[in-house]
Amino acid sequence: MFRLEARTSTPAWFNLALPLLAIGATLVLCSGLIALAGAGVIEAYGVMFSASLGDSYAITETLVRATPMIFTGLAVAVAFRAKFWNIGAEGQLLAGAVASCAVGAIPMPGPLAMLLMALAGAAAGAAVALIPATLRVKFKVDDVVSSLLLNSVIFYALMALIEGPWKDSFSGYPISPPIEDSANFPVLLEGTRLHLGVVAAFLAAPVIWFLIVRTTLGFRIRVIGENPEAARYGGIHVERVLISTALLSGALAGLAGVGEVGGVHFQVMSDISPGYGYSGIVVAMLARLNPLGVMPAALFLAAVMTGAEAMSRATGVPAFLSEVIQGTALLAMLVALLFTAYRIRRVGAAR
Amino acid sequence: MSTPAPLIEMRGISKSFGAVVANEAVDLSVAQGEILGLLGENGAGKTTLMNVLFGAYAPDAGEILVQGRPVTINNSADALAAGIGMVHQHFHLAPRLSVLENLLIGIPGKSGRIDRAGGLARLAEIGRQHGLMLDPGLPVSALSIGEQQRLEIVKALFRGARLLILDEPTAVLAPTEVDGLFSALRSMAAQGLGIIFISHKLNEVRALTHRCVVLRHGRVTGRVDAPASTTSSEMARLMCGHEIVPPAKGPSSPGAAVLTLDAISTSRHSGMALADVSLFVRAGEILGIAGVSGNGQRALAEVISGVLAPDAGRMTIAGKAVSRFSPREVQALGLGRIPEDRMTTGLVTNLPLADSMVLPRIGTAAFSRNGLLRPDSIRAFAEAQIKAYDIRCPGPMTRAGALSGGNLQKALLARELAFDPKVLIVSQPTRGLDIGAARFIHEKFLDMRARGCGIVVIGEDLEELLMLCDRIAVMYEGRIVGTLDSADATIARLGLMMTGVEGHS
Repeated sequence: MFRLEARTSTPAWFNLALPLLAIGATLVLCSGLIALAGAGVIEAYGVMFSASLGDSYAITETLVRATPMIFTGLAVAVAFRAKFWNIGAEGQLLAGAVASCAVGAIPMPGPLAMLLMALAGAAAGAAVALIPATLRVKFKVDDVVSSLLLNSVIFYALMALIEGPWKDSFSGYPISPPIEDSANFPVLLEGTRLHLGVVAAFLAAPVIWFLIVRTTLGFRIRVIGENPEAARYGGIHVERVLISTALLSGALAGLAGVGEVGGVHFQVMSDISPGYGYSGIVVAMLARLNPLGVMPAALFLAAVMTGAEAMSRATGVPAFLSEVIQGTALLAMLVALLFTAYRIRRVGAAR
Repeated sequence: MSTPAPLIEMRGISKSFGAVVANEAVDLSVAQGEILGLLGENGAGKTTLMNVLFGAYAPDAGEILVQGRPVTINNSADALAAGIGMVHQHFHLAPRLSVLENLLIGIPGKSGRIDRAGGLARLAEIGRQHGLMLDPGLPVSALSIGEQQRLEIVKALFRGARLLILDEPTAVLAPTEVDGLFSALRSMAAQGLGIIFISHKLNEVRALTHRCVVLRHGRVTGRVDAPASTTSSEMARLMCGHEIVPPAKGPSSPGAAVLTLDAISTSRHSGMALADVSLFVRAGEILGIAGVSGNGQRALAEVISGVLAPDAGRMTIAGKAVSRFSPREVQALGLGRIPEDRMTTGLVTNLPLADSMVLPRIGTAAFSRNGLLRPDSIRAFAEAQIKAYDIRCPGPMTRAGALSGGNLQKALLARELAFDPKVLIVSQPTRGLDIGAARFIHEKFLDMRARGCGIVVIGEDLEELLMLCDRIAVMYEGRIVGTLDSADATIARLGLMMTGVEGHS
């Protein structure tokens, strides 16, 4: 018989071991579904691996996929550190995409356009995140519910825009007009989609890590998340820090939208994000809310997404498996987090 | 064997956490009708031992016998089945449910239905037997701390406990409530129940228990067969391994007032509000605030700490008027604060100890510059304080929650005293601490007093106040009913004033 016993301390290597354990458990659990779909498990995972990490082009595709999830993962990690439950990265991403697309459509020199697109997208994401944060601070509205429901509001507002006033008159499809060619993010590697935003994402992660670990704002974010009462007595303006956190979180999620517009799609459509905002939650949890851990976690999910399509073509296993893997990975990580607080002990059978 | 087997016997219990030995070869037994005192300093292994008995931890070695039969206790359900009930320091109650509903949680009813009538009858019977009366319909959130504790005891009896473990039950009680608890415990023992009473307070142990076991560093270091006729200092020596001498208090030579409250009144407060409170503390003196808890002490501490802005009245710190009542403002004027509840308003248990130690001053040049932390200074500060105050922990990066209460209190003291406060506001400074740690805290206060700090001590332990303070003000229903010089104050006189009778010296 086994039992859980409270731990007095958590070894440092758990930070690495737990996500790996969760990923391992996820792949084992999902292999049952692959078998049920009538494909060879090893073969399916093999195709997934080679299509996502097997050659240099596949790797660039995975990096491009990982980019928005690094931004949304950082957004969620920052927010969750302060216990601001931002489930609204999806909506903030869409708002960022819309704002940057609108700016990018204005003719101006390329570098200036890109800078303004980033600023506008970040500001739009921050503005959206400000809504649940303000509701929570002023009226004690539950931020999980408000930030989550706001995603639908933004999504349908976006639909209304591109079906209506913002519809691309040239193509006639429900998509926005494209941004200026000069505003397209430069491609770093000829023949791939590896764009400037990818580099920005991989730079953002260490910057956010530094902010959380080495600045007074980061200190305050950590403290209000763990014990707002002690923070208040210690002279920290809890509400002010919470609002700052929300703005930062929303801006990061907005940047995810900027990257998709400037580097991948060059316009806004209804399916510009296949749920990158929600994936950000999985990424942040796998990373244990560590901004540096967000990078490998986002790469894992990106590899699953890119790989799943190829696997589907090669073996007939539905590509939806990618979403099952994401969900399973989140649950597996939540279970694995149990081991930071408890250890398993084997005890003799009860009487 | 001619004598009946003891109710509970623990033989050779050992338990380690990593390299830390919490219990080593501990033998302990409780007979029917016996009240056993379990004594020891914080970290001596009392709680671990009781958690082994109650099934929260599996022992590394040793066995547990119930009336002579070996049993395996893997969880609290096993413990209850073996007739062992435990009243923890932190209660395990559902605040929104009623007394009766809390009692019936987990009790299988008849054919899937909850047996409310049966529960009511048992509740009334237990209440009558031991003087543990409770209103079955009240929600737990409406009960006082003492009543919640009573409910925990009744819960254990309701589930058929024949051995009751109480972990520092008096730490949360007012003096009058302690008497009620003791008579209930004596009544239970008279009916053949065994009781294990864990406490730091030696006079209580001497008054209540039939026999004592003393733990130190996880081992049994003493057994006292006649606690009533053993002196407190002898017991203290068994616990600490050396004599405990009360700290010497020099004569007071108060200077100018460093904290004044002038006609302070508050409205809205979850506890008792303040009504026209005026008081002052001078440099180099200790002012005690006595009173039954819930008479406005919390509001007073919150106003002085800058967390609660009063509706009327003025406050000055070191001669300067407090205008905005923010924690940052009062701290900048020279106020230090040792809160009543270390875990909720003092420390951040899930973060490294160093973070808690710099928390109130993180924005100052000592620990940050231009918004960037100075990790080396933070670490050096924490390490220096850990050394200076002998805070027992693996290092400044240890999770604060992993430290014992005494060490946490030392950490809070270190963090406030390191910046030479002009005024110190302290609530229940030694609640839950063992003699050694309490002695250390007292010494530090007297040391600060000698260096010209004005100290306000809010407390319920009158003996402690009389020993520490130069003057003692008594609070009743949000007002100060009088202030006595310690020389004129007696426990009887203070006790009378605590019921609202005015007194002057």
